[in-house]
Amino acid sequence: MMHRALQALLVAFSALLLAFPAQAAIESYDFETAEQEADYNQLIAELRCLVCQNQNLADSNAGLAQDLRREVHEMVTSGQSADQVVDFMVARYGDFVLYRPPVRNRTLLLWGGPFGLLAIGLLVMVVFLRRRSRDSAPNIDEQQRAQVRELLKDAPDSAEPPKK
Amino acid sequence: MGRFLLPLGGFALLVVLLGIGLTLNPREVPSPLIDKPAPDFTLQQLHDSEQTIGTTDMRGQVWLLNVWASWCVACRQEHPYLVELAKRDVLPMVGLNYKDKRNDALGWLRNFENPYDVSASDLDGRVGIDWGVYGVPETFVVDKRGTIRMKHIGPLTPKVIEQELLPLVEQLQGEAA
Repeated sequence: MMHRALQALLVAFSALLLAFPAQAAIESYDFETAEQEADYNQLIAELRCLVCQNQNLADSNAGLAQDLRREVHEMVTSGQSADQVVDFMVARYGDFVLYRPPVRNRTLLLWGGPFGLLAIGLLVMVVFLRRRSRDSAPNIDEQQRAQVRELLKDAPDSAEPPKK
Repeated sequence: MGRFLLPLGGFALLVVLLGIGLTLNPREVPSPLIDKPAPDFTLQQLHDSEQTIGTTDMRGQVWLLNVWASWCVACRQEHPYLVELAKRDVLPMVGLNYKDKRNDALGWLRNFENPYDVSASDLDGRVGIDWGVYGVPETFVVDKRGTIRMKHIGPLTPKVIEQELLPLVEQLQGEAA
């Protein structure tokens, strides 16, 4: 009984091997040069698909993403630079289309925010450590110090660590 | 007591920020085309492929461009409001039939009434790309000088038409060409 169940399970899992991995970018485009192909691949990885929003053009199967891949391919093979393609997209869809938005006044918080948070974190850590080291230092006056010295005078050499 | 104030304050700030985030609509990407010249196009008319329609035909008047398709579910939702708007005859309405099949589009208009003065066939969606279309339906208002003055993404609602579109159209029609 147990044996049969295991067998069935094995068959079921082997069936999974037949499943083909899903692939989004299905078109195959031809390029004249290797640089063009590299530009194309870089661009579709960095441009956002506006329909699905959290995917780039390379990953998305939406109709618009296919059209935009076609557009990028045509622009790249007609000799336009990556910057020109990016300008083309930004003129139509705004900075939102870029997964790597440019540094501008409006995006300062976006770019600087993490460093600001890091600075705040470091500041808090420094303050915390300082306060702790100050609190752990013995808080005694001169007379008490003298008492301590007096008590320790007869103690064995304090430079040596106590033996266990 | 005091030592809890800082984290509590930080948490409250975070809650407020996230709360504001929840009320925003991530689908509404601000269009860079507002106050820019409407991208030129000349396309075949949907009803008569012998004739063309384009931006130059609309010069000198305030007009509306509505991007629609027969495959678009949300278009059906806004359709009755477009029909109603067309009946008021406030401005010429051009349809941009986006990535559609001619027969499907014509059938759709026959079934649901045609609010457009004319529809342009954007079969391969290139004009749509020029206009930054990413979520059909979209609606643009273009002024007399050919500048895009409003863009609405998603289905029009009576509220948008009454409170945004019509007041803007009235203002634009008062402007000099």
